[in-house]
Amino acid sequence: MTLTRFVTKSAFRNKRRSVLTVVSITFSLVLLTLMMTVWHSWYIDKGSTEAAQRLITRHRVSLTQSLPEYYREKMRTVPGVVAVAPTQWFGGLYKDEKPENFFAQFGTDPNEIFKVATDFKIPDNQLVAWQKDQAGAVVDSELAKKFGWKIGDRIIIKGTIFPVNLELNIRGIFTAPQPTITVYFNLKYLQEAVAYFKGHSGTFNILADSPDDVPKVAAGIDAMFRNSPEPTKTESEKAFQLSFINSIGNVKAFILSICLAVVFATLLVSANTMAMSIRERTREVAVLKTLGFTRQSILGLYVSEAVTVTLVGGILGCLLAVGLIAAIKQVPGMGFFFLGMKVTWSTYVLAILISGMVGLVSAIFPAYHAAKVDIVDGLRHIG
Amino acid sequence: MAIPISYNIRNLKLRKGLTIMTALGIALTVTTAVFLMALLAGLQKAFVSSGDPLNVLVMRKGSTAELSGGFDASLFPILKTLPGIATDKEGQPLASGEWVVVAVLPRKDRTGEVNVSVRGLMPAGVALRADEKDSRGQPKLKLIDGRWFATGQREVVVGKSIHDRFSGTQVGDNLDFAKGQWKVVGIFDSGGTAYDSEIWGDFNQVAADFDRQGGLGSAYLRATDPVSADALKNRVSDDQRLKLEGHLETEYYEKQTSSGGAIKYIGFLVAIIMAVGSSFAAMNTMYAAVAYRAREIATLRVIGFSRPSILTSFVLEALLLSLLGAVVGIVLMLPFNGMSTGIGNQVTFSETVFSLQMTWSVVITAIAFALVMGLLGGFFPAWSAARQEILASLRG
Repeated sequence: MTLTRFVTKSAFRNKRRSVLTVVSITFSLVLLTLMMTVWHSWYIDKGSTEAAQRLITRHRVSLTQSLPEYYREKMRTVPGVVAVAPTQWFGGLYKDEKPENFFAQFGTDPNEIFKVATDFKIPDNQLVAWQKDQAGAVVDSELAKKFGWKIGDRIIIKGTIFPVNLELNIRGIFTAPQPTITVYFNLKYLQEAVAYFKGHSGTFNILADSPDDVPKVAAGIDAMFRNSPEPTKTESEKAFQLSFINSIGNVKAFILSICLAVVFATLLVSANTMAMSIRERTREVAVLKTLGFTRQSILGLYVSEAVTVTLVGGILGCLLAVGLIAAIKQVPGMGFFFLGMKVTWSTYVLAILISGMVGLVSAIFPAYHAAKVDIVDGLRHIG
Repeated sequence: MAIPISYNIRNLKLRKGLTIMTALGIALTVTTAVFLMALLAGLQKAFVSSGDPLNVLVMRKGSTAELSGGFDASLFPILKTLPGIATDKEGQPLASGEWVVVAVLPRKDRTGEVNVSVRGLMPAGVALRADEKDSRGQPKLKLIDGRWFATGQREVVVGKSIHDRFSGTQVGDNLDFAKGQWKVVGIFDSGGTAYDSEIWGDFNQVAADFDRQGGLGSAYLRATDPVSADALKNRVSDDQRLKLEGHLETEYYEKQTSSGGAIKYIGFLVAIIMAVGSSFAAMNTMYAAVAYRAREIATLRVIGFSRPSILTSFVLEALLLSLLGAVVGIVLMLPFNGMSTGIGNQVTFSETVFSLQMTWSVVITAIAFALVMGLLGGFFPAWSAARQEILASLRG
């Protein structure tokens, strides 16, 4: 029998206990992986290169103030700006107020939006059809699938911010690298229907010529309008999206404290199991010693045993987390926060590493005690 | 005959290390659950206690939030003269035209900028809210420091939460938002409601600074009694010329609690996953306890204790273990009780501050939650203890 086989055999010698421990650790690791994935996609992931090249400009005072539309032509003169498209959040209701019927509607310029969102794909003939129909709209392919929309369908969106209901003809279906749950329509339609909104846009989406130019472009645009009656605030697309997440509260502290609680709970579970398992085998330790195993090797054997158990839990946890994240995306009203979220390799590695570390730490104390046992006492032990 | 509970307590004491570790594991789960529930309870309180059943909020038809409202100012005189509106001492109707807008203020700890609601009110706006009483008949709205803003001045009073969370909000300070400086002249406390997260100023001054002249964001009407409140609400909504909609203020705020939906959902998920993990750990401990005491259990059977009483005894032991965990978990959370935090409101786009509320219902739910974990973790080991073969175990 090799040492590895000895370790795996001992790790699962009490099947029920090992299975219970593994399941317990699996559940904790699911949570840990989930939290780390959320953290990664919100705070670490910079997005695709195309997304990293985009900026969003809004009114300095707040998102609810709109900007004059002529700012767009001025922004084009800022060095590094490639394309600018106005965007206006419509915030309307489709069918009813239920969260499963929620999606974003933006009024924009059909001639330029896809020049800004360079990673969005739409067939040319559909784009042209949209540009020709002022009451036309293009929809995200995932959204079209969800509601069963086809080209030529008419959808009615009830206004809440604006005193108008939109009657839109679906002219095209676009695909984005990540689902966006967005419908784009022509901003002119909105401006003509709502007199006071003529010549306005809530935000502008901008494409810079490289990700490195983004800070320069942002500073350039804001400097241009600093002393005008409608000052602007320009930030990268990612920073803009994060500002919504940050509004939920101190999310970072929230995630971190849950992670800490989970790791500590896992540690307790694993330590508990190891303590029980090693105590039962006091006599076995004495026998091993008699056979000539040194203290260090006995310590090593028990520690690797614990690490084996927690690693199995860790791997299972990672796998389950993938399924869980896929399930959360389907929950109405939650999808918006989890759009495009997936478990990355670095998260897998980190989660498994943490589970291994937990096993290591949890076993050291009981294993050290076992290794110290006097041979004669150990052999005499009744347990 | 039942086995005395002191037997279980002694057993838990005997295996101290194991008991403590398992209880701590349960405690951590309970702490997390309590934290999340307290968060939701606080949120609920901030929104549900906001609003008064006698206040009717009027917004443009179809509009779901004050922020996205907006109707012509010429409609206000019609609203003001509707029947059923309470009057002040001078006989003026308690009706206030208002604007709610959003300003950006830097956080005190410099961790970024936060959207804050700024409300412009007519003089009747303060008066009609000062008329609100809480459940004990005390007025909800109180001025803690300074005075109310004066009409026609660039003056503001700030809510208590705003005062606590942002610098430059002492009486006499100047706040910089929209088109310039605003003098802080007072601080008000609305008893933990959503108003505490607002800045109030004169209607015309706010409208001018945010380019909203000639219109109203919303209007508040104070009804004389609950029946007229309902009548007022329907009258406003039914009048085809107005194109407005009346809402009871209480209903309006209840809807906003949905901002907590994401927290509720995530909290539920986290608590359940952690609970499953902890029950398995408890199960492990109890199985070990059963295995360890196999001969003891057989002896108990020989003495004459029945299978059901052994089953009950071990389930009780698991419940004791989880109860211990629950108590530790709740005690661990106590220092955080009342701690306040902000949540972005998806309806108003600005931050509403609320505090963690460890209400009795939270505590009781937490204990029940832990007991369920104990029951799940204890039942199967207890079952196997009760079914042990006496002879085999005695020979052990």
